[in-house]
Amino acid sequence: MSAAGTAARLSSRSPGFPRLATGLAPVLVVLLLLLVLLAFVGPAYESPSGYIALLKRSAPLMILAIGQYFVIVAGEFDLSVGSLVTAEVVIAARLLEGDESRTWSVIALLLGFGVLVGLVNGLITTKLRVPSFIVTLGMLLVLEGAVFLWTGGAPRGALTTEFRKWGRAQLGTEGILAQIPYAVLVLVVIAVAAVLFMRSGTGRTLMATGDNDTAVRLAGGRVDAMRIGAFVLSGLLAAVAAILLGGYSGVSAQVGRGLEFEAITAVVLGGVVLGGGRGSVIAAMAGALTLRALFAVLNLLGVSGALESTVQGVIIIAAVAYASSESGLRDLLVRRPGWSGSSQPPASTAEDPPPETTPVPSTSSVSSEPDTNPETPERGTS
Amino acid sequence: MTTIALPARKVQFRLDATAIVYLALFALLVIGSIVVAARGGGVLLDQAGILKILTGCTALGLVAIGQTLAVVAGSLDLSVAYLIGLCSLVTAEVMAGQGSMMLPAVLAALGVAALVGLVNGVVITALRVNAFIATLGMALILKGVLESRYTGPAGSTTKDFQRLGYDRIGPVPVSFLLLLLVAVGAWWFLARTRPGYHMYAVGGDIESARVSGVRTSRTIVLAHVLCSLAAGATGVFLASRLGSGAPYVGTDAGYDLQSIAAVVLGGTVLAGGRGGVAGTVGGVMILSVLDTIFDDLGVNSFFKDVVRGVIIIVAVALYARGRLARRRLVTPPAGADQ
Repeated sequence: MSAAGTAARLSSRSPGFPRLATGLAPVLVVLLLLLVLLAFVGPAYESPSGYIALLKRSAPLMILAIGQYFVIVAGEFDLSVGSLVTAEVVIAARLLEGDESRTWSVIALLLGFGVLVGLVNGLITTKLRVPSFIVTLGMLLVLEGAVFLWTGGAPRGALTTEFRKWGRAQLGTEGILAQIPYAVLVLVVIAVAAVLFMRSGTGRTLMATGDNDTAVRLAGGRVDAMRIGAFVLSGLLAAVAAILLGGYSGVSAQVGRGLEFEAITAVVLGGVVLGGGRGSVIAAMAGALTLRALFAVLNLLGVSGALESTVQGVIIIAAVAYASSESGLRDLLVRRPGWSGSSQPPASTAEDPPPETTPVPSTSSVSSEPDTNPETPERGTS
Repeated sequence: MTTIALPARKVQFRLDATAIVYLALFALLVIGSIVVAARGGGVLLDQAGILKILTGCTALGLVAIGQTLAVVAGSLDLSVAYLIGLCSLVTAEVMAGQGSMMLPAVLAALGVAALVGLVNGVVITALRVNAFIATLGMALILKGVLESRYTGPAGSTTKDFQRLGYDRIGPVPVSFLLLLLVAVGAWWFLARTRPGYHMYAVGGDIESARVSGVRTSRTIVLAHVLCSLAAGATGVFLASRLGSGAPYVGTDAGYDLQSIAAVVLGGTVLAGGRGGVAGTVGGVMILSVLDTIFDDLGVNSFFKDVVRGVIIIVAVALYARGRLARRRLVTPPAGADQ
């Protein structure tokens, strides 16, 4: 988006603008339709337990989507979560070796490892100024290679019952507790925490960082700390997702494969904007649940598993195209500001819009018409 | 004026980054030769070694050259890996072992590739879908097609056609010479033609390019068609190497992310507008030389991934240090707001 576009959008937004509304409505409608459809096509969905099972299955992806949301809303990507999940599960099996007494120390270690990976991602992205796409891509390669190097190609060891209960067991054996899986409990706790966090001052600063980090810096916000924090949260939540996923489906070297793209898909499906600064965490979660519900529907309708990804592909493109046609009329924002980063020199180069670009006061004036934004030609030639 | 300023700055930059890449390649060859010799791995650059390095370059090099065009235009293509598999299948199935079908098979594969690229480009420009999502969606669509139609290798290529993959002149494979030809063509296109300049302009600042009279949508669509054509050519080449089409030949090698890695290793800026084909070829060769060195040393293949990951991050960090301004994210060419 252009600097003018950002400014235009900021100025048009009153302080009390309900941010959670962004992109939330469409995904909720689709989700609701899918859930109703499930009741018609699947006998398992005649009782609430079917839906709880769906929620349990979806919990790891939803948790990953929350983590990915933090990173995306801050204007970055995290492609390393899939391989991080694999690494965590493989490490857990190797360290536990079926020994119940080690469960809690290993869980603590896994969470710590997730934080560490996130910290490294964040530090390299912010301090060494490497695009997060590359950093997390490199991290993906490093983690995948390191895990297989360590295990010699095939995961060894075994998870403990206590460890696996988080992903597969219910809270109790009778009554209402027997209905609620641990995974759902974990999901609810994290979801509430995430919503409260995004409503806090820090959460709002995080969101603003993705929207316009120079403004945040000028206002005294710690942009780098925000971004590092987002990566740390993503790593931590990937560790949590790995614990649930390992418990649910057991040890395999493929457990996390493709999860990074699924998480990004889920977040985008929730109307969260790649590039940062917009979207709600609830919508990101709803996006993840929608994706899983969609797979359940396709499965029940007898669409072969192979075509699932084709449908998934069409739906992502359609969802983003829809969102873009909605917002595109309002403000066609073509570029994200390029002048991010702490050591930005005062003089801007030809390709970077100078921060002092006059804000365009009305939202409608940033349109596809080339001549409505008189600042842009000068930017290109400066 | 933009049109004058852009090429001048670009040429200067490309000399810098490309020089670094080739210096690194040279240093790697020297150090690699010494280490391999010292560890008793034989001579790195003997006939077999050179053949191995150059063969390793060819497939990734082709994809990466196409990816360079997309990245320079401020876009990226995550669908190339599945497209490679699809094109290898199209080639092998159309050919079906008949020598007379050689040309139609190649044309069919390239036609499929061009179509996929066209769809990518149109979705990105007309529907204003972020390139990351558009090509990821296309990757998923192709994946579904491959999974539902194929369970393993299919079709077959003729013996004559397989010579494309195996013939060589001395230690230099013919296919590598073809790669160089494609590289020179792509370099000429980017550095010497109007549409090539337009790609730098669009990747550098799409709004400035638009107001300067560049048809930005057309440029992005062209970049994607060319990128997909390069991926299609890779599929054809791999069909020739394998003697049949294989659905996962592209994804098993991770050509989607590896090609982007090679492009940025070659000094092209992920956000677009800077870089070039020469650097990409150097980047691909660095990766291939590393592979060969590790093979000669008998290093675990998983260790290669670790080193690759670290090298890519370190290289980009070094480029970032040397650059005044930067962009942090993949910047979609149009509709950043989706």
